[in-house]
Amino acid sequence: MKLKKKISVIDQHDKFGFWGGKFGGNFVPETLKKPINDLELLFNKLKKDRKFISERDRFFKNWVGAPTRFIKLNNLTEHVGGAEIWSKVVSDANGGAHKIYNATVHCLLAKKSGKRIICGDTGAGYAGKMLSMAAKKFGLKCKIFMGAKDIKRQQPNVKAIKGNGAEIIPVYSGSQTLVDAVSECMRFWVANCDTTAMCVGSTVGPNIFVKICGWSTSQISRELKIQILDEFGKIPKRLKLYNCVGGGSSSFGFWNEFMDYDKKQVEFIGVEAGGPSKSKKHAAPLTYGSKIGILHGAAQYVNQNSEGQIEETESISAGLDYPGVSPLHCFLKDTKRARYTAASDEDALKAFKIVSKCESIRPSLEPSHAFSVAISEAKKLSKNTIVIVNSCGDAYKDRKILKKKLGLKL
Amino acid sequence: MINAISKAFNLAKKESRPALLTYTVAGDNTKKNSLKILKAISKYADICEVGFPHNTPIADGGQIQTSSFRAIKNGVKTKDVFKIVKDFKLSEFSKPVILMGYFNMVLQYGQNKFLNDCKKNKIDGLIIVDLPWPENKKFANKCKKRSISFVQLISPTTSKNRLNAIIKESHNTIYYISMLSTTGGKLKVSPKKIILNYKKIKRINPKKNCVIGFGITEKTISKLKSADGLVVGSAICKEITSSLNKGQNPVTKVGNMVKKLKNKIL
Repeated sequence: MKLKKKISVIDQHDKFGFWGGKFGGNFVPETLKKPINDLELLFNKLKKDRKFISERDRFFKNWVGAPTRFIKLNNLTEHVGGAEIWSKVVSDANGGAHKIYNATVHCLLAKKSGKRIICGDTGAGYAGKMLSMAAKKFGLKCKIFMGAKDIKRQQPNVKAIKGNGAEIIPVYSGSQTLVDAVSECMRFWVANCDTTAMCVGSTVGPNIFVKICGWSTSQISRELKIQILDEFGKIPKRLKLYNCVGGGSSSFGFWNEFMDYDKKQVEFIGVEAGGPSKSKKHAAPLTYGSKIGILHGAAQYVNQNSEGQIEETESISAGLDYPGVSPLHCFLKDTKRARYTAASDEDALKAFKIVSKCESIRPSLEPSHAFSVAISEAKKLSKNTIVIVNSCGDAYKDRKILKKKLGLKL
Repeated sequence: MINAISKAFNLAKKESRPALLTYTVAGDNTKKNSLKILKAISKYADICEVGFPHNTPIADGGQIQTSSFRAIKNGVKTKDVFKIVKDFKLSEFSKPVILMGYFNMVLQYGQNKFLNDCKKNKIDGLIIVDLPWPENKKFANKCKKRSISFVQLISPTTSKNRLNAIIKESHNTIYYISMLSTTGGKLKVSPKKIILNYKKIKRINPKKNCVIGFGITEKTISKLKSADGLVVGSAICKEITSSLNKGQNPVTKVGNMVKKLKNKIL
């Protein structure tokens, strides 16, 4: 299995939609073949269309707020005492997280295809919040599927979704988290694909959804590359990009522009959710060597039992609480372009405490996983190494959990 | 391919009626009961579809999900599904059985091992919900080599080009999904329209048996009588759930229900 250079990773799949011959694909019911094919035709045409790209860029700049900040974390660097630690503050984006990029592009596509309704899944509530915002902006009706457990633990985002006029459909099946929300959303699409567009909230799902999401979030690394060149005059000799990985949308977008650099120069480190340190359950299929299986229409490494039943996950961060992972990350793992590891719930909380004490940013529980690994590795790295952590979400949505676990008030 | 499935269709045709296909989940509500339910059904049904349950189904509605979760909770594994069919075939050796489920279960069991066990346990056909054409070409060939009928699905969204290609590569049976819906949805298309679409499929190749499924209940079944076969699934799963809730015996309740369904298409 090999990664090609000079071809965007999202386009490095075979005619059946598999990356590396085995990740991804389209394991979907016959009913979805046509709407998926329609979407493929539309997207493949528009992604080469200059007018469409400038339309996207206009929305990213004027509405999403591009570029998001790239800042040095001086106090944290001093506190850790090793590599220089920087952050790409993607949570600056309108709505407070990277999910806005994918949501915007999906709404643009829905408008072009003449659909009036858009449905989407959400875990932490960010994908739902952003889709509801974008739907409102583009005049689309919006339905958000969300696990009942997540509705309880991510109330601020639930309120935001409702405030944008979207309907929230609580999902009570299975573990009542993201995995069930995605299933229910896909089932809804099966029954309503003639009138409704679907937005999958991460780089998961049937091939085309992986591609659209990866294409959209790549905005992060496009901005970052320019900012790095502005700051350092060149791409530093030792650069390490840390990002949390649930479905994998923010990390893929954070890395995409740097794909062709040698990994000795630009290393990618993906941090999965290890779950509570005392629990055997986790949401880290890449770190803990889960087997390949099919989830939500795509082949990927996924937590499952020997029978092929998808296993329940456990993580303090709803956004990472997913048993599978993007086929793109499976591909990056097996081609050894990226390295994956996990942080526990406790690690993430500890990292949040340190970062929010030292700096004026407050990463949500998802990027706190990435900060945890970045901090512990930066200690051992030389001072001329540049560590960048994608702070892809804001902790406001986690304030209930943070108060309970750390006694902190946001 | 003349196998038990074709024979069942031929028999129904002789009696000028559609074949009745039932769907139940293996191990719902227990391993023992699901065998008993199959036996009770087989007096009236021409072909038994047996579901192997998956906990992340993307095409099933609430009724089949409930049945599947019940079966998984009772510890049903793929090898138990084979055992249930094997035991069923001991007494009902000529009744065709079609297994239905999602591809991950087959993958984890091992594709060849799965198909060999199908063969060993006299399974006549397979429906894999999330393995559409053309992705299913290799797997369908593996089935053919073992004389197992791979049932292709067709939906109202299937384009004309696909339709021709799928029918050409299908084995002896095609499954037409009546409407845009997960299983168990309310019939939102008129039976007339469904039969019209069905006839389009038949015109391409009248020799292939075509069954209609999704949204078929006691209320709607008689209006679709002109098809080669009709599938009832969610309505049966619903009956199992409601008899359990009421403390009734699901075996007799489901048996009675399928008897009624059969009477409506005679």
